Amino acid sequence: MSQPIRVLLAKVGLDGHDRGIKIVARALRDAGMDVIYTGLHRSPEEVVIAAVQEDVDVLGVSLLSGVQMTVFPKIFELLQTNGADDMIVVAGGVMPDEDVAELKKMGVNEVLLQDTPPQTIIDTLTRLVEERGAR
Amino acid sequence: MGTYVPSVELIARVQAGEPAAIGRLMSRAESGMAEAREALVRIHKLAGRAQVVGITGVPGSGKSTLVGKLARNLRTSGSKVGIIAVDPSSPYSGGSILGDRIRMSDLGTDPGIYIRSMATRGATGGMARAALEAVDILDAAGFGVVILETVGVGQDEVEIVRASHTTVVVSAPGLGDDIQAIKAGLLEIADIHVVSKCDRSDANRTLTDLKQMLMLGMREHKPADWTVPVIGTSAVSGEGLDELSDAIVRHHDVTSASDAGRAQRKSMAEFRLRKTAENLLFDRFVETTAAASGKLAERLMRRESDPYTLAEELLAATLAKEDDNERDVHSKIA
Repeated sequence: MSQPIRVLLAKVGLDGHDRGIKIVARALRDAGMDVIYTGLHRSPEEVVIAAVQEDVDVLGVSLLSGVQMTVFPKIFELLQTNGADDMIVVAGGVMPDEDVAELKKMGVNEVLLQDTPPQTIIDTLTRLVEERGAR
Repeated sequence: MGTYVPSVELIARVQAGEPAAIGRLMSRAESGMAEAREALVRIHKLAGRAQVVGITGVPGSGKSTLVGKLARNLRTSGSKVGIIAVDPSSPYSGGSILGDRIRMSDLGTDPGIYIRSMATRGATGGMARAALEAVDILDAAGFGVVILETVGVGQDEVEIVRASHTTVVVSAPGLGDDIQAIKAGLLEIADIHVVSKCDRSDANRTLTDLKQMLMLGMREHKPADWTVPVIGTSAVSGEGLDELSDAIVRHHDVTSASDAGRAQRKSMAEFRLRKTAENLLFDRFVETTAAASGKLAERLMRRESDPYTLAEELLAATLAKEDDNERDVHSKIA
């Protein structure tokens, strides 16, 4: 029996813009995925705890506030301490190219910037989960 | 976790309360994979201590918000609180938006609270198919109270009463009158009635309608020593939450020793048994009929035969497999 891909979408910190993430959530739902949305203003701790409890395949963090280089190291540290280092992590939002390169080095599986078509997001997550294999 | 960890190896870590292990085993239970069966059998043996509290009500009645507040309140008594929150799957794509967590966000990072969202995936009755397995897993992990929140239900999805020790039905003000309140179905199953959003001015009317409805009846389905309370709550002011927590604890005390409680536990066991058998049968049905159903549907469309004859033909494969299995079992016994 094939399982729907489970995704947790999170907005971290002082960032009140959630129109984009809701569109992504809707697109992933319509592609047959189970999408858990945390709501606005979450801390990295809350996001990682939620992702671990929900045992999601993909943790998607959207940032439009420029704090990615502070938030993602914290997220990876917390995933490690919670025994969830096999989780796929995807970043979304608006961020400079040099940060994108750094994030990928840090372990972010994919960075999906503004103007990424929904179908590309769906295809990317599907591919990442396939590549990971059974867990 | 890195490489694939066999499900039975997760058991000790579940018992130690490790969130990643609890989450992973729940995912495997949800997938229905054969590999997880042995682990779930053992988990079931370890479980059986938690009080399962079912929370149900119409969509938008404030179930998730109430669950969030209630969990925090129950935590003050020291016991760990697990929450299984069910939201609907799309009938078209099979996907879902599981939004119950948003309403519980002030629970923050308390390690004594575990929230798991589940999609219905075609299950009826307001619950997800693996909800009871998830309850067992939290139970085995030492959660003293497990709250099972259904999807927003209609008037008729009442399976929750056979999955929980204590059933709480949440009504919101302004959705119906006194006739609505005496209809059969959802309102009959409550051990505790909650009227949410009591900061609204029309809440008193709903409280009165429910109280009067209860006075009309003989309450033959409920224990004689339990009076179903009607509690007004407000997530805004916190009104009624202590009263609700107390009622849940009291209901547990009253029923755990009584005959009525015993009957309820028997009814829960029977439900679990039948539901599990039903799921096994359904899986087998899906598997054995996949190939034939297209062809038979063609014949029905062309009206070459009738639905009853063709359905019998479709079932033949499932039933034949049943017989094979039965023979296997018998030969093993012999």
